[in-house]
Amino acid sequence: MSLYYLTAHELHDLLLKKEISAVEVNEAVFDRIESVEDSVKAYLTLTRDQAMKTAQEVDDMIGAGRPVPPLAGIPIAIKDNICTEGVRTTAASKIIYNFIPPYDATVVKKLAGQHIAMTGKTNLDEFAMGSSTENSGFFATHNPWDRECVPGGSSGGSAAAVAAGESVCAIGSDTGGSIRQPAAFCGVVGIKPTYGAVSRYGLIAFASSLDQIGPFTRDVTDCALMLNAICGHDPLDSTSSPYEVPDFRRCLVNDVKGLKIGVPREYMSEGIDADVRQIIEKAMSLLELNGARIEETSLPHLGFSLPVYYLIAPAEASSNLARYDGVRYGFRSAGAQDVVDMFMKTRSQGFGAEVKRRIMLGTYVLSAGYYDAYYLKALKVRTLIKEDFNNAFEKFDILLSPTTPSPAFRFGEKTGDPLKMYLSDVFTIAVNLAGIPGLSVPCGFVNGLPVGLQLMGRPFSEGKLLQAAYTFEQCTDHHRKHPEL
Amino acid sequence: MTQYETVIGLEVHLELKTDSKIFCSSSTSFGGKPNTHVCPVCLGLPGVLPVVNKKVVEDAILVALALNCRIAEFSKFDRKNYYYPDMPKNYQISQYDLPIALNGYLEIELDGELKKIGITRLHMEEDTGKLVHQGTITTTPFSLVDYNRAGVPLLEIVSEPDLRSPEEARIYLEKLKSIIQYTGVSDCRMEEGSLRCDANVSVRQLGKEEFGTKTEIKNMNSFRSLQKALTYEVSRQIEVLGEGGRIVQETRTWDEGQGITLPIRSKEEAHDYRYFPEPDLVPMIIEREWVESVRKRLPELPDARRERYVRDYGLPVYDAGVLTSTKEMADYFEACLNAYSSPKTVSNWIMGDLSRLLNSNNLEINECPVSPVNLASLFKILDEGTISGKIAKVVFEEMFATGKDAGTIVKEKGLVQISDEESLTAIVEEVIAGNPKSVSDYRSGKDKALGFLVGQVMKATKGKANPELVNKLFKEKILN
Ligand SMILES: [Zn+2]
Repeated sequence: MSLYYLTAHELHDLLLKKEISAVEVNEAVFDRIESVEDSVKAYLTLTRDQAMKTAQEVDDMIGAGRPVPPLAGIPIAIKDNICTEGVRTTAASKIIYNFIPPYDATVVKKLAGQHIAMTGKTNLDEFAMGSSTENSGFFATHNPWDRECVPGGSSGGSAAAVAAGESVCAIGSDTGGSIRQPAAFCGVVGIKPTYGAVSRYGLIAFASSLDQIGPFTRDVTDCALMLNAICGHDPLDSTSSPYEVPDFRRCLVNDVKGLKIGVPREYMSEGIDADVRQIIEKAMSLLELNGARIEETSLPHLGFSLPVYYLIAPAEASSNLARYDGVRYGFRSAGAQDVVDMFMKTRSQGFGAEVKRRIMLGTYVLSAGYYDAYYLKALKVRTLIKEDFNNAFEKFDILLSPTTPSPAFRFGEKTGDPLKMYLSDVFTIAVNLAGIPGLSVPCGFVNGLPVGLQLMGRPFSEGKLLQAAYTFEQCTDHHRKHPEL
Repeated sequence: MTQYETVIGLEVHLELKTDSKIFCSSSTSFGGKPNTHVCPVCLGLPGVLPVVNKKVVEDAILVALALNCRIAEFSKFDRKNYYYPDMPKNYQISQYDLPIALNGYLEIELDGELKKIGITRLHMEEDTGKLVHQGTITTTPFSLVDYNRAGVPLLEIVSEPDLRSPEEARIYLEKLKSIIQYTGVSDCRMEEGSLRCDANVSVRQLGKEEFGTKTEIKNMNSFRSLQKALTYEVSRQIEVLGEGGRIVQETRTWDEGQGITLPIRSKEEAHDYRYFPEPDLVPMIIEREWVESVRKRLPELPDARRERYVRDYGLPVYDAGVLTSTKEMADYFEACLNAYSSPKTVSNWIMGDLSRLLNSNNLEINECPVSPVNLASLFKILDEGTISGKIAKVVFEEMFATGKDAGTIVKEKGLVQISDEESLTAIVEEVIAGNPKSVSDYRSGKDKALGFLVGQVMKATKGKANPELVNKLFKEKILN
């Protein structure tokens, strides 16, 4: 087995046994990047020197007999909408193509405290707006399992990097499925934690009330390690929750006996591929076989998720993205007549089509005379969706669904029809609206393309999701499969 | 001729003097080098988040309590969206439909009568940066921007349209300033912009209930220009209506040089602010215990203090009003009173010579070179007869100019009163000998002549002779 396809916990064990060095691990990953990056295009920026330096420090620590944290020296990629001090951070947008943050996001700071080796900054749909990474302002990322297919989005670069062995773990962000959907498409584990579980400080905002940072990993154990590293209250983020973070490794228990799992019928109805349905049903039987009690249930307002999301997210985005005006940093259009002209030219030329579409949509729904009918109504329906989940969680520990209705689609298949593209997030969006955690774990393949199983839980029940996913993983071997590149 | 009634409401912006800004830890201090009191948060860099400075909320509650407002139990911040290069995020974090406080009032005095002026609401928001350019933002070849002020905490205090004349508006603003200065949360300097005031002005036919169309007046940088601008605007509106015209609802700026208000091109003004709840901040639940603990910080306010001065010190209402108009003045008065317990004397000196010198030197009372204790020492020397009342004024001017205490000046300048009967008798006799006409006048009953004679002694002693003693000596020598 190549070093670059080992998991973080496997590498950590080898590092402690001194069978390998962190420098060797990072060299293996950067060699891998060299050989496959041309066909995957996961990264916008590589930080090899920085990673090798950290790796050497970790080796020195181990050599000196000092204890090292579980992720020390592990090559980890960061989505390029998360600020890294001194390292260009673009959100895959031309409008801040040259922005070098003078500060680290809290998540980056926390990972640095673990001595991770940051490999670089990964590609995404511009400002995380998209489901295929085709909306990147620079280039598209390819699905390592089939380079004719998209890796999903918006965190497509992070998912592809982990799947292709171009990093061991990665950090992404999820506003409507941007971690879980690419995780499913690329055959890796991805979790969107509870809203408020991870600090958003330093995450370039798309929709503040929905955005959440989370990890991509090759197995559930690594997912627990990453959550241990990034969860927790941050005084710099007022929306981060002051809760006590458990040690998620303790949740890695192979046992789902008596676990009550609900399957909302709205998720299993029309629009889902027959092959995907079959794989999900197989996964359900497997969990049942292990002692879980599975029952059908209903989330009556789920059908409103998509329209509600496409009112709230663009509204917040239209305001969050107002700061990109060419005045202080980033791109500024040349030859403007006056300040208003400068704003208009800079934004017209700097933003891509999808971002502009959402800014216009959001500006419209917040406008006088429309606010009540759109934004306010959307907030009310959002509350109904939350209540649906609350009701379901009175009866069930976990809700289960496919992460996406179908596996990865081909390039250009949906770019002509935004609505069709939006529909690829139909199963993941409600989780963000409800603020609950959602995890995607590989559960099979359709025509060589991975399929993801989505597990959803009560706020701050990440541990329970990890336990169910871990149990599932123990009796399957999907996570051991790797794409041929 | 149609009679019109003026209707004015004021919107006051107040800069709080907290140490740090409202949503980050950058300094709020005034006058630093451009863009030195900034950080990623107040520069609105990508990815940053605001965190509410608790001191700002506390100060807002304090001011709201001083203005008799109801403190909200649930309050939130909202985003006010508009594009302007002095705003780092192109939205301002402000409060829209759930401000921190509502429904207050303050009382102003008009011709001896009290009038309640309603306060509609009080809310918190962040200040913008400052632009420097030639002409207007759309015509200048370039514009420089300083974000030091961006994120400095502001309170916006909106009055009801209860003010019925430009003078009332000025009195209201003075009273508001006085109350806020008492709370200590702001310097309230209009010239430095820590207190800014916009006015909504309309006129209506006397007796009508519905309001006329209003204009919003901006750029009034002193109490004087407020009253002048409003007086101009009211007469402009009456003139327009008198000629059968209509008032246009618009924003106008006060041009101090020309003494007129001018419409601001509406192109520069966004009209739909697209307010929505600030998703980066959680709503505030304002515990009553917190409000009560803030209430304990509330100092004695000007009205209460004035009443106390009338009641306990027997001062005239007017004098008490002047002394309590600023907290500094009242504090000075009381510090002086601690060292010298005659309220009337202290009050007379503060309102008289002290205020005169402060005014002519353009100083505030807290910059007064004469400390309250020094002033009291002057009174004591005066009482002891060491100097005369006339010399006291000379000594005071010297104290004001040098900051030295009264005793030192009296000694240095040799200003001790001559109360030695023997040496004064010699001078008195000399004066009697030199002015036979006045002496005989006095003897024949012309009292005025005595004044002249005493004056001669004063002249000879450079004002240092004890006037009572001199009087007595003349009477003895001439009448006996
Ligand atoms: Zn700051």
